[in-house]
Amino acid sequence: MTMASPEKRFFLQSVAACGLIGGLYPLSTALAQLRVEIAGVGANQIPIAIGQFWDDPAGNNQVTAIIAADLQRSGLFRVIPSNDLVRETGTVDDAFWKSKGADAVLGGTLSRADGRIEIRYRLHDATKGVTLTSSGLKANPQFIRLAAHRVADDIFERLTGIRGPFATRIAYVARSGNEYRLEIADSDGENAFAAFRDSEPVISPAWSPDGTKVAYVSFNLKKPVVYVQELATRQRIAVANFKGSNSAPAWSPDGRRLAIALARDGATQIHTVNVDGTDLRRVPGRADIETEPCFSPDGQTLYFTSDYSGSPQIWRMNADGGERRRVTFNGSYNISPAISPDGKLLSYISRREGRFQVYVLELASGQESRLSDGPRDESPSFAPNGRYIMYASESGGRAHLAVVSVDGGSRYTLNARASAIREPAWGPFTR
Amino acid sequence: MNGVKILISVIAFALLGACSTVKLTDKAPPVEDRNASSASSGGSSSSGSSPSTSAGSSGNTSKSSGASSASSASAVDPVNDPSNILSKRSIYFDYDQYTVKEEYRSLVEAHGKFLASNPDRKVIIQGNTDERGGSEYNLALGQKRAEAVRRAMALAGARDSQMEAISFGKEKPKASGSDEAAWMENRRADIVY
Repeated sequence: MTMASPEKRFFLQSVAACGLIGGLYPLSTALAQLRVEIAGVGANQIPIAIGQFWDDPAGNNQVTAIIAADLQRSGLFRVIPSNDLVRETGTVDDAFWKSKGADAVLGGTLSRADGRIEIRYRLHDATKGVTLTSSGLKANPQFIRLAAHRVADDIFERLTGIRGPFATRIAYVARSGNEYRLEIADSDGENAFAAFRDSEPVISPAWSPDGTKVAYVSFNLKKPVVYVQELATRQRIAVANFKGSNSAPAWSPDGRRLAIALARDGATQIHTVNVDGTDLRRVPGRADIETEPCFSPDGQTLYFTSDYSGSPQIWRMNADGGERRRVTFNGSYNISPAISPDGKLLSYISRREGRFQVYVLELASGQESRLSDGPRDESPSFAPNGRYIMYASESGGRAHLAVVSVDGGSRYTLNARASAIREPAWGPFTR
Repeated sequence: MNGVKILISVIAFALLGACSTVKLTDKAPPVEDRNASSASSGGSSSSGSSPSTSAGSSGNTSKSSGASSASSASAVDPVNDPSNILSKRSIYFDYDQYTVKEEYRSLVEAHGKFLASNPDRKVIIQGNTDERGGSEYNLALGQKRAEAVRRAMALAGARDSQMEAISFGKEKPKASGSDEAAWMENRRADIVY
């Protein structure tokens, strides 16, 4: 009975994903793959043993490896690898797993039927001697990674109480030589494909709330123009191509409007527009530069960057204008606001002593913390569960993506082998 | 129930089959340009035809006054004549600054006057920044630089319809490298005919 619903749900997902991939060209394997490195670990990790799944048809432990990597990367788990087979049925030797230091044990069976792979798994609490969940899902072989991420999401949620962030996607801009690619990848950087490629720069990708479209800024008309592209069909429209620069798209939470920055009247000012380019409205501005709008989750408030005070700072106002209030006060350069999904945290880039670093501000208390070391970090973007922030970083002269937990406890990088990677945007939950 | 499942599987499999075999052309995706009329100058960036003026007498283009006239006897477009101030089309800025420095006033004014007396000519003013800081804020800062140049040219007589100020931010640096020399070169607005 616990089987039916996830199975069906995932099956529908698979079809949707097929349509998506069918409309796009996959990247050749010669292009950049992202690689994950663990740079730090947090305290209070849950030790979890992941046994080998029974009857792995590929014989390469791919599914357990993906689950282990997801959990390890989250910073909340310490994965204890094991060569022992653990099945999803039968008794579990709690004393044995406790002796290995495991509080939780994941085991399961992989099987193949009708050309599809079925993952059945059980999560067991060895300290209490109870099985927490026994579940399963089926996937076509090309979606086996997504299926494994969904298992990891389930484990993550059952053991932490927080929705798992793994079966989500990210958008970013990769550059190889003179080619710019807007790429979409799984949250771990795998399965990347180019949604758009061009010889002119692309910046500022932004996911629609339903995950079907991405807005971005392309320079392909020799100037910045805002586009909205449907991922499944690759159809795109120029939502804002006015005189002057058009940039900084942000979706309203209902997915109907975009906030954008336009310079059609000389100064860079915030406007809102329907996603089909109609009904353009200017939000009354005050400074020469007002840009990087970002909606609060309830759609009522816009956070934005303004140089009204003489230096770039983050401000807030009602989405239709009105009274504005300055939000950041420390430092003389605070840009790129991002709001957590619960609306409680503001992340941004601050320049302090010449270093550009990721900060997070608890809006209710005004408590500010630095989450990254710089020196040239950019573009913070919250995971849809609000527990992680992805940002662009640089080390050794190479641009890559990094992820830090909002408590600063864990961090990892997604390293491109061949290209510079910038401008990350973490996509929404899609279930 | 099982039958339905199998049927759905078959459909899904057919879909997947189609997915894996579709060859996608690499042509540019269709672009619906809803605002083409309001930004038509955006696409036509650079050096157009030379001016159609044919009145020729003094082929003398002095550095100070040549700016105000396109009626040169030679076929050389004054904006491309190395002896003409109009051939200089880059204005440099200080870090985080957007005011047109004194040393570039005469240059900007010359372009403004040239446009005033040549209403068929148009320019794009492209603002740029160095690589430090965020993409979007730099885009806005580059815009502010281009706009400062545009306003100064408007004061010298150029019409709004002849000019478009845009920004590349830090995305199209002329000089690569992460030193002050490269940064100086990239804090720049270019007047592009």
